[in-house]
Amino acid sequence: MGNLKERMVNMGEEKKYFTRMGDGSIVHMTEQEIRQDIEEGIQDAAKRGKIDPLTFEEKEKLYQIITMPGSIVGVEHGMQIVTSNDSGSDKINTKCGIPTSRDVNAMIHERLLGCDSVDIGYSDYNYKTVKGVAKREASVLKQALNYCTMPLFYGAMPNLGFYTKPDGPVDNWAVLLPEGKIKEALAAQEEAVDHAVRDIVYVAEQMNDVGADAFMLDTCGAAGDADFLVALKATEIIHERFPDMPVEIGMAGEFVLGMHGKLKYNDVRLAGLYPHKQVKMVEQAGASIFGAVVNTNSNKSFPWNIGRVCTFIKACTEVADIPVHANVGMGVCGIPMCENLPSDIVSRADKALIEICKIDGL
Amino acid sequence: MGGVRTAGDLVMRLQLAKKMKINEAKAYVAEKLGVNLEELCDVVTMSEKREEMGLGLAHVEPCAEANAGMAAKFQIAKALNIKINSVERFKERAGLSDD
Repeated sequence: MGNLKERMVNMGEEKKYFTRMGDGSIVHMTEQEIRQDIEEGIQDAAKRGKIDPLTFEEKEKLYQIITMPGSIVGVEHGMQIVTSNDSGSDKINTKCGIPTSRDVNAMIHERLLGCDSVDIGYSDYNYKTVKGVAKREASVLKQALNYCTMPLFYGAMPNLGFYTKPDGPVDNWAVLLPEGKIKEALAAQEEAVDHAVRDIVYVAEQMNDVGADAFMLDTCGAAGDADFLVALKATEIIHERFPDMPVEIGMAGEFVLGMHGKLKYNDVRLAGLYPHKQVKMVEQAGASIFGAVVNTNSNKSFPWNIGRVCTFIKACTEVADIPVHANVGMGVCGIPMCENLPSDIVSRADKALIEICKIDGL
Repeated sequence: MGGVRTAGDLVMRLQLAKKMKINEAKAYVAEKLGVNLEELCDVVTMSEKREEMGLGLAHVEPCAEANAGMAAKFQIAKALNIKINSVERFKERAGLSDD
């Protein structure tokens, strides 16, 4: 009878490998299909980012990682890297529904999950909301800092969209733009930047007062170039005023959307920047770590997505002078767009990012 | 890297404090702790090393001899020759400031 492989050869069937689509669904692909998707993903990134494609050796390595036996794969001993995260300590409550306090969650991350750092964050994870309860948030962080050995961040998002009416103080540019009120839309975003920077720096001061080991600006650029500008300006001020509280800037997406289109930081237009250019802005602002993002395309396969991811992230780490942590949550950096993540793909994405892209953290 | 099970928290601190990339940060910590890069990622070696130096562990038994939290961070700041914000604030509040 022979084994399965022999039978497939005898039957003239080409071997197919288990992998997944970008939405997490299972798909089986032949070697040729996998190689073709890797190549197309690489070329898409190279064209969009105007960056070099992966080398022949890197493509071969990527193919090996995608098709290697085992449900979970790992890096060679000694190649392990560190982790940071966003709203990490709150996920035990908000995602799993386990009623624990955030300082206890931080200890669980440290002593049970073996994390290298974690952040304390509010369940409504944005600085505009946190501003009103900043001193109380700082109290939670202070307790956790006494108990925990590993670095603890305070983290939240700039989330510039929250500054628009009716909840916020400025006109809504997403309403103004379709109405053709371009000047008003630009002015509204510029005004929102000032409000957001002020709120973030206020929160940063409360966290520095209780000794935060670091400060996280997460999902930056979610509302476009003005949102990214907020992160850069706030970081610059925090770095100058609170030099012992390092900042990590994590991005919302691979590409800075030009919702404003004309905003610049140090004479560089922010709209349209990809990770390898974003990181240079983040360095200039004074941040210690850059959280790079490449979006997952749900309609494409994992080989296509990870080929594209590795091309973008390799270009980023090659030019970066600060550590780069690739964001590997739901729907970014090759991770499928689904709530419960499959470890077969997560571990392959991590291995590719570490061994091919030479990232400094996840 | 495994956090306090190995030396992940320490490497992370160097990335934050000195903006070191991963290999530089690992080499710095390994040199300060007197271990090689293989041992730095090894839970058995690092458990013994961390206990010996009072750098904090994932488990704390027997409790009397184990450091965790702020006590461990005092030792980490000294061992790695870095400033840790939470340690500095704690010193101020406890009247232990160097000034």
